[in-house]
Amino acid sequence: MTADTYAATGAQPAMAGTKADAATGPSGPRPKRISPGRIGIYCFLIIVAAFFCVPLYVMLVTSFKAMPEVREAHLFNLPREWTIDPWIKAWNSACTGRDCTGLAPGFLNSVKIAVPSVFISIIVASLNGYALTFWRYKGAEVLFNLLVFGAFVPYQVLVYPIIIGLREMHLFATLPGIIIVHTVFGMPILTLLFRNYYSSIPLEIFKAARIDGAGFWQTYFRVMLPLSVPITTVAVILQVTGIWNDFLFGLVFAGKDNIPMTLQLNNIVKTTFGTVEYDVNMAATILTALVPLAIYFISGKWFVRGIAAGAVKG
Amino acid sequence: MADLTVPVAGAAPPARRRRKIQFQAIIATIPMIGIAISVFFVAILFTIYWSFTKSGMFPGWVWVGLRQYEILWNTNNWQIAVSNIWFFGAMSLVINLIVGFLLAVFMDQNIRQESLFRSIFLYPFAMSLYVTGLAWQWILDPNLGLQVAVRSWGWTDFQFAPLGDPKQAMIGLILGGTWQGAGVTMAILLAGVRGVDQEIWKAAKIDGIPTWKTYLYIVIPMMRGAIATTLVLQLTGIIRTFDLVVSMTGGGPGIATWMPAMYVINAIQSKLNVGQGSAAATMMLAPIAVLLFIRAIVSWWNKRSAGMNVS
Repeated sequence: MTADTYAATGAQPAMAGTKADAATGPSGPRPKRISPGRIGIYCFLIIVAAFFCVPLYVMLVTSFKAMPEVREAHLFNLPREWTIDPWIKAWNSACTGRDCTGLAPGFLNSVKIAVPSVFISIIVASLNGYALTFWRYKGAEVLFNLLVFGAFVPYQVLVYPIIIGLREMHLFATLPGIIIVHTVFGMPILTLLFRNYYSSIPLEIFKAARIDGAGFWQTYFRVMLPLSVPITTVAVILQVTGIWNDFLFGLVFAGKDNIPMTLQLNNIVKTTFGTVEYDVNMAATILTALVPLAIYFISGKWFVRGIAAGAVKG
Repeated sequence: MADLTVPVAGAAPPARRRRKIQFQAIIATIPMIGIAISVFFVAILFTIYWSFTKSGMFPGWVWVGLRQYEILWNTNNWQIAVSNIWFFGAMSLVINLIVGFLLAVFMDQNIRQESLFRSIFLYPFAMSLYVTGLAWQWILDPNLGLQVAVRSWGWTDFQFAPLGDPKQAMIGLILGGTWQGAGVTMAILLAGVRGVDQEIWKAAKIDGIPTWKTYLYIVIPMMRGAIATTLVLQLTGIIRTFDLVVSMTGGGPGIATWMPAMYVINAIQSKLNVGQGSAAATMMLAPIAVLLFIRAIVSWWNKRSAGMNVS
């Protein structure tokens, strides 16, 4: 999109790079050429990009080294002898306290938590968005503002009352409990997402459905839901990443039978008998980050859109 | 990129005729009604109330006034946590904004491989703050990490191992936090930069204004919306800072990197002191309340002055 704009205006691009002639030079399309300024731009970007890559690179090379080599402290060197033992150990036999189960159970728990949470929170939120856009009832706006306010409240403020509430319902430290918690905390932002999306749908579509005699649910299922594919994709990405990366709620609400992967990682990393196995820790760290990273690299643009949509909540 | 700026709570469609169908809308949004009221209203009130009671291991109802707050502000951990969050917050906010803006400006120079650069700057955000903390903890390890590696390249008195030093540990946290979040700031600000009308660039050029001046005096003021968005996003994140600290320093060395969020969770989970946890949590709510108050005033002011302009 911007590329087109640039093509159209021609002169704009090479800006900062060519300060001098930006002031004096001719306007209109300029032939592409390499100026010191442009080299500077690329140098800056490449150096910063390298800085951003360092942690992932270091984690990767460390995870393929055996411990004696890690202890040599050549952080940036490639492994002399590549080994995948740390990965295997991190996955199925690294110890947390007395249990030596690796990350695998944590992975399963995270799946068990994430799938229903994502599903439920998106259904609820899309219904909210739909109702708030097309079927405003008295007080709906107040509720919505309350939700938006909820998006800003520090989680710590709500943790204890929710513990008590879940305990009253005998759901504290259970799988349904943590699913409820994720649904609750996902609701403000997702509702906002869907509401904004439905607001952008031409009202005529809704009116047409109504004239054809469709009611609340029929309009939702037959008209709005099929139109919601793009925003649902964004919502799924946002929720899966968010829930997978969650640490606090897992810590407080999951209970020891449903420890999610981030927490399992924490338990592995913080468990030390004698020496710290950095290679295993790094492999475990990457394994934990793998799902969101995969989502990020596969979904690309959608991910960015999700962030932006999330950001726009202000 | 332009479609990034989803209209905020879009234009309201005209009010519907009230019919009995409203009833179905209410049924459909029962979960929202329940959660909005019970969690985002009642639960907050409970926390605030408990902060004025003698609650210990279990929530109690004996009113003690501001006693919990007196204890809180006399607790060393809390004092450190508060001064830490100010330092961490201010530094992260400024550095993040500067790095994010510089990246956005450089990315806006019609560079090649833009999407590759974008992917690199943004991927840390896909990883959790917990993972970020572990990665940087490893890099900054005093005995096996960056410091030793650089020394082995010949710079023998190179020193950079902030996490072991109580006075510098915050720097490590800021570094990790910036690494994770700068890409998002870049993405949002880039959308803002590109939202600026091309005609303005042309006009500035014709007037012979240097590019950097155009950015500083024309473009930045024009992208107030994007900047406000990143600030809000940053602020909410900063107040919640928890995962990063737990994984990177565990609050240490000693208690040098404690944060308010840690204090709350620690009071609830380890010390089993509901009153203290609630008081600290209420304090965390205060800056949000102040922000919302300011926002309300600003929008009221804008409405008023807009009204005066019309008349």
